[in-house]
Amino acid sequence: MTPHNEQRIVVTGLGATSPVGGTVAETWDAILDGVSGVRTMPFEWVETYQLPVKFAAMIKQSPLEVLGRVEARRLDPAGQYGLVAAREAWADAGTPQVEPERIGVVMGSGIGGVNTLLDQWDTLREKGVRRVFPLAVPMLMPNGPAAAVSLELGARAGTHTPVSACASGAEAIGLAVHMIRSGRADVVVAGGTEAAMHPMPIAGFTAMQALSTRNDDPEGASRPYDTGRDGFVLGEGAAVIVLETEAHAKARGARIYAEVSGMGMTSDAYHIAAPDPVGAGASRAMREAVSSAGLSPKDIVHINAHATSTPVGDIAESNAIRLAFGDDTDHMAVSATKSMTGHLLGAAGALETILTILAVHHRLAPATINLENFDPEISLDVVHGEHRKLPAGDIAALNNSFGFGGHNVALTIRSS
Amino acid sequence: MAALTEQAILEGLAEIVNEETGLDTASVQLDKSFTDDLDIDSLSMMTIVVNAEEKFGVRIPDDEVKNLKTVRDAVGFIAGALV
Repeated sequence: MTPHNEQRIVVTGLGATSPVGGTVAETWDAILDGVSGVRTMPFEWVETYQLPVKFAAMIKQSPLEVLGRVEARRLDPAGQYGLVAAREAWADAGTPQVEPERIGVVMGSGIGGVNTLLDQWDTLREKGVRRVFPLAVPMLMPNGPAAAVSLELGARAGTHTPVSACASGAEAIGLAVHMIRSGRADVVVAGGTEAAMHPMPIAGFTAMQALSTRNDDPEGASRPYDTGRDGFVLGEGAAVIVLETEAHAKARGARIYAEVSGMGMTSDAYHIAAPDPVGAGASRAMREAVSSAGLSPKDIVHINAHATSTPVGDIAESNAIRLAFGDDTDHMAVSATKSMTGHLLGAAGALETILTILAVHHRLAPATINLENFDPEISLDVVHGEHRKLPAGDIAALNNSFGFGGHNVALTIRSS
Repeated sequence: MAALTEQAILEGLAEIVNEETGLDTASVQLDKSFTDDLDIDSLSMMTIVVNAEEKFGVRIPDDEVKNLKTVRDAVGFIAGALV
């Protein structure tokens, strides 16, 4: 492999609350065990509105296990999840002692505080203007979770909220790398959060025919690359990582998980929701992620694919990977972890970056579950049945994240 | 509503403050200032006011809220509004 970038940006802390675990350790164990986080929704409104989709990947552990009652009351669930994940990541990084003016926050979200927005609209209509919660606006705004994390850490270098649908979480990590490289911060807390378990967004996704309706088999519903796939499964949760320069991490004796060594961010300008079937924009993002890391496609041993389990999306990404890497694609072990976690929308890219980091760190590519009849239109080496050992030595992997609106983000994770 | 004693109003108000801020109900005493002693900001104060309106069945006009500096002011206003 080629030498590392002069200023290496490394990951020193991880935090997550997901449909398969309340922490990163629980989540990773569940992923290696092939556990599905998809369940039938217990909410009355599923029947009230006769939603055609009756299952989702709901968060495994209530944020009230971590947050105090009063602090939780002042946050939308998106803010609660984000704060839970950020707290874990910061503690995992060893609670860095850094000047507040040198700590940044980049927390993305696809939809923001949609539960608060819609609940408070109900309150206004049913109980009148005086009953609307005074914190309704700070709770519903998409930057609310990022601001809550900034308050928690006293981070004053700058707080940002990329909103790029299902690419938001990965974009946040890419922008955090920029923030450090450009000299604005020494340590950046970055990730994504999403909490859209509400009948309205579900109805919206249903109207797009984007969701699986495999109601008789929720755990089998998220099945990327399987011929029987019929849409994605809505998930929720948050994932956050702590980034800093290698020099900064070493100076304070921090444990280093891996390096975020490259990134590519492009847009399709093709269609508001459908992926470009050729995958031109996505393949440019992947190639840029590899070349900006100073690597070549031969160095990439693993891809955590976006792979949402939609009929067209999975094929489009497969085409894009082939277009980007040609025959080198053959030696890349591809994992579709949404088969277990469902699709966390604006948190997905951050959670999957964590899973990519852990895959590189532990040299294990997770198995994709529910893959029974491999779609012949997919030309990838998909890990399934059992997780696969990755090579020893200096290795690198990619995380792909794409979003409605034509957003493409690819991040290169290199072993440290 | 049957006339409430000042003590009953104080206890009800303390529960509302606890719900909103997490402060121990025992710390909500008549001579405490909402802002200086209990560290309650204007947004939390509005929530407390609206919850008090619902609990005691009274109306506390927005113009009046700025005059409710201490817990005693609030208890007094609610007691007066209940008469």
